[in-house]
Amino acid sequence: MAIGVKVMKRPEKDVSYVRATLKGMAITFKKMLEPKVTMQYPEEKSAPEAERGAWTIAPRWRGTHRMLTDEQGRSKCVACGLCPQICPANCIKLVPGEDENGHRYPLIYEIDEFRCVFCGYCQEVCPEEAIHVGVHYENAEYSRDRFVYDLERLSSQTHPVSTLWDPTDPKGE
Amino acid sequence: MTPEMKGFLLVTIVKLLVVFTVTMVGVALLTLMERKVSAWMQYRLGPNRVGFWGLGQPAADGIKNIIKEETFPGMANRVLFTLAPALSFIPAMTLASVIHWAAPLPVQFDFALPLLGRFHYDALMPMAVADLPVGFLFVLAVSSMGVYGIALAGWSSNSKYALLGGLRASAQMISYEVAMGLSVVPVLLLTGNVAFGEIIKAQQAGLFGWFILPLFLAFHNFLVAGFAETNRLPFDMPEAESELIAGYHTEYSSMKFSMFFIAEYANMVTVSAMVTTLFLGGWDIPFTHWDETPGVLQTIATGGMMFLKVFFWLFFFMWIRWTLPRFRYDQLMALGWKVLMPIALAYVMLIATAIYLIETVAGVTSPGIRLLVLTLINVGLGYIVFIVLDRGLLISGSRKRGAASGGLDRRAA
Repeated sequence: MAIGVKVMKRPEKDVSYVRATLKGMAITFKKMLEPKVTMQYPEEKSAPEAERGAWTIAPRWRGTHRMLTDEQGRSKCVACGLCPQICPANCIKLVPGEDENGHRYPLIYEIDEFRCVFCGYCQEVCPEEAIHVGVHYENAEYSRDRFVYDLERLSSQTHPVSTLWDPTDPKGE
Repeated sequence: MTPEMKGFLLVTIVKLLVVFTVTMVGVALLTLMERKVSAWMQYRLGPNRVGFWGLGQPAADGIKNIIKEETFPGMANRVLFTLAPALSFIPAMTLASVIHWAAPLPVQFDFALPLLGRFHYDALMPMAVADLPVGFLFVLAVSSMGVYGIALAGWSSNSKYALLGGLRASAQMISYEVAMGLSVVPVLLLTGNVAFGEIIKAQQAGLFGWFILPLFLAFHNFLVAGFAETNRLPFDMPEAESELIAGYHTEYSSMKFSMFFIAEYANMVTVSAMVTTLFLGGWDIPFTHWDETPGVLQTIATGGMMFLKVFFWLFFFMWIRWTLPRFRYDQLMALGWKVLMPIALAYVMLIATAIYLIETVAGVTSPGIRLLVLTLINVGLGYIVFIVLDRGLLISGSRKRGAASGGLDRRAA
């Protein structure tokens, strides 16, 4: 040939193209009748682990954030500033405030979920276990600015929070 | 015009409308079937969002294609670029008109309309738009016209991928046209006619009357060549999306692209109908002679039978698509010229000799015995071709001389 086609050394003994084709056709036909694996998303969703639905998200999944609150409904955050410090994407905006009793609380706490890389460092570093990444994946919005979650929004989320990877229990047992 | 001419014209127009509509709707549903079968073979469900069970999907696709923006490549030849889809679409649709879709229907009418005058028709109406006496030759001639559309599409796009796709398509389709034409010669030898009606009539002796067994090699060659003619996998060189993006229709958008698509599926329908007509007895219902007496019921039943057979071959196209990977281009050419054509030629010689020996030398005139003897010959030939020769010799495009002699040694061993 004019073009240097690399000639492969093919196994030639006991090789039959016709029989191989027929065998392949038998396989594809058999596969066609087997049960399907498609999860029909809007109707079927991931179920909590207890229900064992078609699919469960891992408990370590790191999704959009959630701020936990105390019994009085105030956020647990003490505005220590560790999470904006550690955040590699620099997506947390925190302006601390202090009331007359000397309790610190966030005046402004905003997370830009577009900039967030969902590393989960904020949850790991938080001394008060206030900010968490959530086990949650349905985040669609109609406008860009809706992706900057403010404190009220973060506190009102109800989805479960991620159990991050624990070095003392690497397999999650 | 005489009333007879007007009657004939009326019948033809009605048949034309029916066949065109059914083919177009069928092609639309075929795209759905293709996607469903593809999905099932990959453990998926396929389209099921539009309408019940996804049945609205073809309509959604059609609407989308019509209202989409049409793009023209800046340096494309506008005239040829616009003409090419039509050139591949028209032959594809034309071919559907010569196929016999059912047993002939006795039709009788005689009425008069104001202005138009009297219409008269009283005959056995063949269920084909045009019952051409040159049937098969017409198919060969028109199906090679489809090459123009594809080659022009590739050429006029002024894009290297499209050009390569068009070149591949023209080379491939012309090569396989040879193999296809030659593989049908044995059928013509047995029937002594090229009209589809006569070919079907020659196969009505029951299951053994079908030419698939007495002419199995011809059937096999025709099927392979048919895959190549329709540019379906494993021979979809012109498209070859991993190599050429989309081949000849890379630059096409909206309804123009859709027309290539429709043409491909219409060609699939035609080839399926041809395989059915030539080798599976057309609309013939096996094990019964009831369908040979003309009647309305028989026409409906045979139409259903034809549909089932064609449907099976359409499914077969999709089945093969998900079974075999794409050939390399030189393997494709080698298969066409070095394997299919010599086999087809040798087969023509052999069948002709066999028919001569059976009829003239042995003096057997019963068609049943003739077909039985040919079937036995085919069993032997099938063994040679599919078992003895099928050791890396059949598909081996760029085999070097040394390797080829090695193949011969192996065969001797």
